[in-house]
Amino acid sequence: MTTVVSEDAIRASTAAPPRRRRGLAPVWLLLPAAVVLGALFIYPMYQLGLLSVLDFRQAQVSGGQPTHFVGAGNYAQLFTDPQFWSVLIATVIFAAGCVLATLAVGAALAVLLTRISRLPRLLLSLAAMAAWAVPAVSGSTVWMFLFDTDLGFVNQALGLGGFNWMYGRYTAFALVGAVVVWASFPFVMVTLYAGIEAIPGSVLEAAALDGASTWRTFWQIIVPMLRPVLAIVVIQSIIWDFKIFTQIYVMTRGGGLAGQNLTLNVWAYQQAFAASEYGLGSAIGVVMMLILLLVTLLYLRTLRRTGEPL
Amino acid sequence: MKSRLAVAAALALTLTACAPSTSSPSSTPSDGGARTGTLKVWLFDEPNRAPKEKVIAEAVTEFTAAHPGTTVDIAYIAVDTRSARFKGAFNDPASAPDVVEYGNTDLPEYAAAGGLADIGSTVTGWSEGADLSADAKSSATYEGKLLGVPWYVGVRALYYRTDIFQELGLKAPTSIAELTSSARTVRQKKPDMFGVAVGGKYTYAAMPFVWDAGGDITAINSAQARAGLKSYTDLIAPDNCPPQNCADLTGGKTVDLFASGKAAMGILGNFNRAAVDAGAAKGKYAVVPLPGSKPGSVAPAFAGGNNLGIMKNSQRPALAADFLTLLAGKKYQTKMYDAMGNLPTLKSASDEVVAKDAFLKPFADTIAAGTKFVPLDPGWGKIDASAVLPTMIEKVATGKASVEQATDEAAQQIDAALTK
Repeated sequence: MTTVVSEDAIRASTAAPPRRRRGLAPVWLLLPAAVVLGALFIYPMYQLGLLSVLDFRQAQVSGGQPTHFVGAGNYAQLFTDPQFWSVLIATVIFAAGCVLATLAVGAALAVLLTRISRLPRLLLSLAAMAAWAVPAVSGSTVWMFLFDTDLGFVNQALGLGGFNWMYGRYTAFALVGAVVVWASFPFVMVTLYAGIEAIPGSVLEAAALDGASTWRTFWQIIVPMLRPVLAIVVIQSIIWDFKIFTQIYVMTRGGGLAGQNLTLNVWAYQQAFAASEYGLGSAIGVVMMLILLLVTLLYLRTLRRTGEPL
Repeated sequence: MKSRLAVAAALALTLTACAPSTSSPSSTPSDGGARTGTLKVWLFDEPNRAPKEKVIAEAVTEFTAAHPGTTVDIAYIAVDTRSARFKGAFNDPASAPDVVEYGNTDLPEYAAAGGLADIGSTVTGWSEGADLSADAKSSATYEGKLLGVPWYVGVRALYYRTDIFQELGLKAPTSIAELTSSARTVRQKKPDMFGVAVGGKYTYAAMPFVWDAGGDITAINSAQARAGLKSYTDLIAPDNCPPQNCADLTGGKTVDLFASGKAAMGILGNFNRAAVDAGAAKGKYAVVPLPGSKPGSVAPAFAGGNNLGIMKNSQRPALAADFLTLLAGKKYQTKMYDAMGNLPTLKSASDEVVAKDAFLKPFADTIAAGTKFVPLDPGWGKIDASAVLPTMIEKVATGKASVEQATDEAAQQIDAALTK
């Protein structure tokens, strides 16, 4: 017994100083990042949460009327609004469609990039970069010109003069979705291309020697090896497409005919921020954040379960 | 230990910054403030600002000559972002202007925010104040306080193409029924034209129909309001202006349609004259008041326009009042009409410009027949921002909902916004 105690004591006395030093070093190293994150994320998030439980409109911001606590009032107003639910469903379906289409186009072109010679690869990359670099407002406006009812190039080429793409709910969503995919596939393509290039040639060669088809190589070699990269790309796309604002706002003139093309962000802007209802707007913001957090966690969890840890 | 202190200090810092930011309005000097120094003025920027700027420069010269030791700092703010600028000015008194031009529909929101000063006594003491019409004054009054002087108004009337009406043997419509049948005749005889350009997002063209039928925004699901709405949405149909083309048109787009010769009629404002004269319709149109359902009557128009007001935070309210009454007086209202075509609000000034320019007569007649206004309530901002009325019109025009369903839904949203 005594020896054990003394051994422990010795270990403690000799090991303590370095452990302590090691213990503090990460704190100092993390501090700059923590300060930046705290200022840029924690504090605004705290304010967002606080505003969401207050009756906070323009009159309260300017001090014309006192601010008061309404508890879950803003949330109750939100959840009892039937339009919130229909807009939420439309947003989820629209975002899911955009994410799938973006991934499919991005992945297909990434594989294509690895298989073509230098000049076409350069041209394809340049074209994709150009689409990526166009500001969302300009891009949406240009597409609007292309699909204009009377004077648009597309309608003239297809002989559809007088067909209004924005009149039907689904044609409008499809057109906006195409613009979203057009603007976001380059990120997916470039990231996946870099990932595919990093796969050792010997692995692909081995698969080829075993007689694996391109299709099979893609699903059984490339996709599993790209899992970490894919995770980032999918999460990014989900977050971007769920929060879609500019394309809808510009192309459907703020939500389409009778609000048929509203997505959550545009609806929140209309209901809350343009109307100076900051409390309600914050509540919508909190709900959107929670939904995105939940989706991301679920996705990461399924990835972890099906494969090696990320 | 040190790090703990640092964390504690950081926490203490955050805690003090916990409450959401609310500014406390500074008190207005009771003696009228300094009579010298710089007076800050905000006016709306406009597409063709040069003539406005010239008139304002004249007014500033006259003002500084009469008030030694003062300078006037004029800023032209963009109409699109005015809301953000005004909110900023209310929240930060130090950078706020003294005299402001603002849209009369924005009044309730600014008033509820406590941003505008009561200028009732200024107008009572002003020699030309009695010349303001009651309609005009009431559009600037919120909860019994006069928060601005109407500077100019704009009303809409019916523009029609004289050449096409003559060709088809039509006469200027004197009732809604005549308007509708003339519009259908035009569309039938000239299939590439619209009879009357109407739009689902053009609230101020739809509301006269509702008001004429005896309805109002605050009771949009009444039988009268429904009848009025129906007579408007009946125009968004293939026999006049097909929903595919017209359901999502804004007021600005209908101006384009009429000006470019695509439409034989349009419900346009006196302020759209320059745009029409710049298009194919130039010299081939005339204007009559928008008719009501009873033959020979005039449908009540929406009296849009801008007011001049004084900010509550102003440190020089007396000086600001002097500048405001100078700009709002007959002399500069008339000059502003000459420069910009804005209809004066003072009876004397308005009589003078109508006598000079026959074009204005239908608009003056429309005003004389009585005008209407949006509900003077801070909730109007919400109704406007969340597009309640355009959504209602579009639902009916595209057949997504019946008149009854669409108006019930809109009435519910309007009530919710107004009672908040």
